[in-house]
Amino acid sequence: MAAIEVETLEKSYGNLKAVDGISFTVNEGEVFSLLGPNGAGKTTTIEVLEGLRDLDKGKVKVLGYDPWHDGYELHKKIGVIPQGFKFLDYPTPKEAINYYGTLFGVKVDANELLKRVILEDAANIWFQNLSGGQKQKLGMALSLVNDPKMVFLDEPTTGLDPQARRAVWEVIRKLKGEGRTVMLTTHYLEEAEELADKVAIMDHGHIVAMGTVSDIEGKYGSGQKLSVKGNMQLVTYLKENTHLQPEWDVNGTVSIHLRDKDDAIVALGAIEESGADWRDLVVRRDSLEDIFLRLVGPAGKEAEEGK
Amino acid sequence: MAFSSRRMLAELKVYARGNLRSREGFFFTLIFPIILILLFGAIFSGGSGGPATVYVQNHDQGIQGVNIGTQFIHSLNMSYAESVNSTFPNHQNIVPALKLVGVPAGDNFTQYLSSHSSSDGIVIPSDFSVAYVAHQKVNLTIYGSPTSTTSAIVSGITQAFVNGFNVYGATGVHAVGTTAKTAVSSSYKYIDFLVPGLIGFAALTSPMFALVNISSTYRRDKIFKLLSLTPLTKTEWLLSKIIWYIGTTVVSFILMSTVGIFLFGAHITFGWGLGLFLILGPFFFVSLGMLVGTISNSPESAAVVGNLVTFPMMFLSGTFFPVQSMPMWLQGVAHVLPLFYMIDGLTNVMIYNNYAPALFDAGVIFVLCIVTFALAVRFFRWRED
Repeated sequence: MAAIEVETLEKSYGNLKAVDGISFTVNEGEVFSLLGPNGAGKTTTIEVLEGLRDLDKGKVKVLGYDPWHDGYELHKKIGVIPQGFKFLDYPTPKEAINYYGTLFGVKVDANELLKRVILEDAANIWFQNLSGGQKQKLGMALSLVNDPKMVFLDEPTTGLDPQARRAVWEVIRKLKGEGRTVMLTTHYLEEAEELADKVAIMDHGHIVAMGTVSDIEGKYGSGQKLSVKGNMQLVTYLKENTHLQPEWDVNGTVSIHLRDKDDAIVALGAIEESGADWRDLVVRRDSLEDIFLRLVGPAGKEAEEGK
Repeated sequence: MAFSSRRMLAELKVYARGNLRSREGFFFTLIFPIILILLFGAIFSGGSGGPATVYVQNHDQGIQGVNIGTQFIHSLNMSYAESVNSTFPNHQNIVPALKLVGVPAGDNFTQYLSSHSSSDGIVIPSDFSVAYVAHQKVNLTIYGSPTSTTSAIVSGITQAFVNGFNVYGATGVHAVGTTAKTAVSSSYKYIDFLVPGLIGFAALTSPMFALVNISSTYRRDKIFKLLSLTPLTKTEWLLSKIIWYIGTTVVSFILMSTVGIFLFGAHITFGWGLGLFLILGPFFFVSLGMLVGTISNSPESAAVVGNLVTFPMMFLSGTFFPVQSMPMWLQGVAHVLPLFYMIDGLTNVMIYNNYAPALFDAGVIFVLCIVTFALAVRFFRWRED
């Protein structure tokens, strides 16, 4: 059964079309990741799904509810960490969880919940004195107070150090293990590769690619590449003596696109025969990051367009 | 969504805890009211309960061994001020009205006053006794300052004694005794007006500044969005703030009244009408603060609008001095300020024990409460369209 159904969703702010007719489905128990650069429309999409914003056009169902009109019922069944999670300065994590428990009218074991999000050591520290990672973990704990079927995590690891990010990933894996549906927005592609069952890449309000990570790599990637550190002599030798089309970049990396296994054997033989000085042989597929950059453009493209 | 007192109390508990844990919250809840009453009580009430100091220089040469000037000074020295408080009809303050300090006849009187930082004095001329016995006109010189309240008292009392001496001199009858009582101009002390004014001040500033700040920063920090994802309703949230600030206003009232009574001798009655204003005042100002913060775009603009609304009320509503002492046109302005009705009502209850006008004041605030609360709930949004 679909946990989320989105059909031709549109949302504008004045003349700016933040979301422009996107459609997708998220199945129960999936971790679905929305990727995209800043301003792609991720947060607007997720806020419409959470019932925090009304849509202009289209149709949205979350756990069978219309999020805007049935928000009160829906919110009992979902957990949310908004982007840049902030909370009141003075409750401790334990107090905050008990407060949320009272609001939702549920009995909650604060200590157990803190253990689940790996925050038991900071149970009695005021929110304002928690580290960035601890604050995010509290946000996750609060989103779980009502034992939700579905959790929305809007850039939960932005601004965190690598260690804190890994800890949050661990919590997300636990949520997935418990069979909860997770909607994750991030601009860390590594995060989506690590955690997501399905990925949608957004740009300028559109979904430009969607599917599993391997689906996207297969569909939008350019196959395998062999690369070595070498010089122009090696590039010239390969061009003159093989059918391969090597590329050389300013860092001294020679890249050769491989169509099949035979290309790999030819390339390796020619490199060795060239007599050129080479090292650091690597064979790899296009990463999600390569594909992302190809689809939404290199960093700074937005700034260029904005000029 | 049905109203839930359980959710409202949970919100109240978290907010109260936060206020008591934060230094600013603790200061404004418990310390600030005491500082206010101590500061303004000391500034405006200092020495007002004691006799006015008057410097007297007697040049009278006397006649046949009798010095009428000395007798006049003696009479003045025996004068008393009787302060009658209508709230406590049986309570009378009998205190010496004047404290006379002699100035040597050879000294320059104006320089003497100046060197003692005083403007109040009486000079008796050298021919006082001679002229008095001969029924001839003789003038006492009374020094004073038009800006000094004690000068008016000194002048009034002295004039009364002069009249008495005139009658005695003309008829031979001791019409005015040397222990004659002179009623001072007011039966209430300044501190009596200050206590309700400062309670109104506390009921205004604490919730207004807090709610203006909260309503804009919570929106900026997306805390309202976070709360909108829970079953807590806007009404429950706002009511929890109203209850908290009713509590802090009651605490301010207790602290200020205690200091006012025991340190400055304020006379206050504690009638049931007090409860009306201690509830309606914070109720209104929490709603108003929320409304101001809600219609502002950012914390910065909210602070500006909040100050524009708050400061005129602070100073023109009778907080630090009675509205009746202001020019007529300013009194008109005061009557459109909600805090005026709070302070006027508190003054009517606490000082005059006069419930008819107090109920009118309460009625005005009640109507304002309903309208402002409804507008605040209407315009205050958890989420965005």
